[in-house]
Amino acid sequence: MIKLGNLILVLIVLQMHLAYSKTISICHDCDVKSIQKGISMAVDFDTLLIKKGTYKEFNIVIDKPLTLLGQNYPIVDGEDQGEIIRIISDHVTIDGLFLINVGTSYTSDHAAIRVVKSSFFLIQNVVLEKLFFGIYLEKSDHGKVYHNKIIGDAIDEYNSGNGIQLWYSKNIEIDRNIVQGVRDGIYLEFSDNITINNNISSNNLRYGLHFMFSNDDIYTNNTFKNNGAGVAVMFSKRIKMYQNQFLENWGTAAYGMLLKEINDAEISGNTFKENTIGINIEGSNRIRYTNNHFVNNGWAIKVLGACYSNTFEHNNFLYNSFDISYNSKLNDNVFNENYWSDYTGYDLDDNGIGDVPYRPVKLFSYIVNRTPETIILLRSLFMDIIDFSEKVSPVFTPDNLMDARPLMKKI
Amino acid sequence: MFKILKYSFYDLIRSRWSYVYFLFYLLLGFVLLFLNNDLSKAVITLMNIIIILVPLIGTIFGVMYFYNSREFTELLLAQPIKRTSIFLGQYFGVACSLSLSLILGLGIPFALYGLFESNAIFDFSLLLVTGTFLTLIFTAMAFNIAISNENKIMGFGYSVLLWLFMAVIYDGLFLMSLILFEEYPLDNFSLLATMFNPIDLSRTLILLKLDISALLGYTGAVFKKFFGTQLGLFISISMLCLWTLAPIFRLAWKAKRKDF
Repeated sequence: MIKLGNLILVLIVLQMHLAYSKTISICHDCDVKSIQKGISMAVDFDTLLIKKGTYKEFNIVIDKPLTLLGQNYPIVDGEDQGEIIRIISDHVTIDGLFLINVGTSYTSDHAAIRVVKSSFFLIQNVVLEKLFFGIYLEKSDHGKVYHNKIIGDAIDEYNSGNGIQLWYSKNIEIDRNIVQGVRDGIYLEFSDNITINNNISSNNLRYGLHFMFSNDDIYTNNTFKNNGAGVAVMFSKRIKMYQNQFLENWGTAAYGMLLKEINDAEISGNTFKENTIGINIEGSNRIRYTNNHFVNNGWAIKVLGACYSNTFEHNNFLYNSFDISYNSKLNDNVFNENYWSDYTGYDLDDNGIGDVPYRPVKLFSYIVNRTPETIILLRSLFMDIIDFSEKVSPVFTPDNLMDARPLMKKI
Repeated sequence: MFKILKYSFYDLIRSRWSYVYFLFYLLLGFVLLFLNNDLSKAVITLMNIIIILVPLIGTIFGVMYFYNSREFTELLLAQPIKRTSIFLGQYFGVACSLSLSLILGLGIPFALYGLFESNAIFDFSLLLVTGTFLTLIFTAMAFNIAISNENKIMGFGYSVLLWLFMAVIYDGLFLMSLILFEEYPLDNFSLLATMFNPIDLSRTLILLKLDISALLGYTGAVFKKFFGTQLGLFISISMLCLWTLAPIFRLAWKAKRKDF
């Protein structure tokens, strides 16, 4: 009963807030002509309605819980002077702004929107162009970055910033954003419990999505296309990766996904298509790969070493130049019931599982690993002959590295 | 020379061998396209076949033709005709007939399947160009072998060996030397080694134009420059021209000096 009374009281207070919170219009003909002035005039929980026009402002500090609502995408032009908006209060909403010309600096990371030590923020429908860093979340939590469009024009890695950067932030949701032409599309450092869904990250200089020292994060249904490398997951634990698309990360040193020092991750239902290397794995343990599709990659999976207790089950390996590449003779990883388009065995008992084991590491891929220049013999008749003889009786490739139950039909 | 070229050409057509060869490629082209409707994939499969079969057929056919028409050659030698025109005429007769069978045999099915609307047309024409080059090169080498060996068995043996060496053994030696010297920087060496085998050269030339070349560029800056720019295409094509001209010149030189 007391609890209910409390709730009602809270509701009443909130109602009063809403009733008293007023809307301040900002435009070139209004009383309030600049956003900064509007913020200083406003009281907690007010809404600033920013009307269409160009506002040449930078270093706007939002220090109280406000809603900044843009009408017909007003332009806030930072004139390359530095940061545009800094949020240092909880409960701030930014909606429908068009931010351009963030200043480039080699000493500080100027961002279009920076959230510092704040909670319960919402940044949505924002368009960023000509930026250095886009949305920078610093030691913040319980916020949402939703449906923004970040279009950079980065040329070199050393003087460009990241689209959405999280640093020591927790419990953030990043949903339906479009990020392109920056250094890293989305970058997470020391950030746990982050959800990243339905984003499209393309044409970025370095990575579409980049994890560093971030644990317990999940990303699903994202598309990573034509980046320097699709996704880099490094030094992180318990990351879940579901139903993402890794497309056309094609170039001389491009990956669909790069895993380095990753433990206990789950990679399921993803599509890796036309990447030079589908997944590059280094020092990663206890990862489950299930129901992924590897299509037309140069290397579907390249295992570089110190990878133990990984399982690959029910994946499709279709028309890759090399299915698996291994650089050691030791194997502790399990391949089971995958479909391999190169499999030539038969199924006499008709149970859908091939009677002859499949060996995914070709001798050629072993040789190329040892002496990379031998790749010039790709598709030569001699290579086909020695690959065949190695298939019949493996000498160089790890003899327990095989799929004992290859599927006859693709999943 | 053109009279003799024309004569050799029609002679081959009359003997039906060019038809067989033509029909073989025609069938191959149709079957390939029937099995996978994707033009660019068919181009890759075709590459594997062309770089192995075209040299084999070129060599065997060249040697066979030379030995078979020996009596006619001797008859011609008795006439007041320049020796180089006799031999080069015969050579171009054979090479043209083989190339024409190849180009028409593969070109017709691909054209029917809508090559001209697809963007694989450049890859495909490159394939035909290298196929023609390989025919010219290996027929010329076969003529060289035949003119240097009176003994037919020896001639055939050498020509089969030539094909085997270029198609298989060379790559084996190449691979072994790469592994043996893996401590050293090998990119320039491996590119150079490709240049000395027309089959490898054609293979790289075709790979160069396919997406797969990014795989090759992965290795290092030298490969990246070679496979990533027009430089590779230019060097490969000029090397193929050299490979064609060298045996033709030797044939002409040898023909002038040979005692019949």
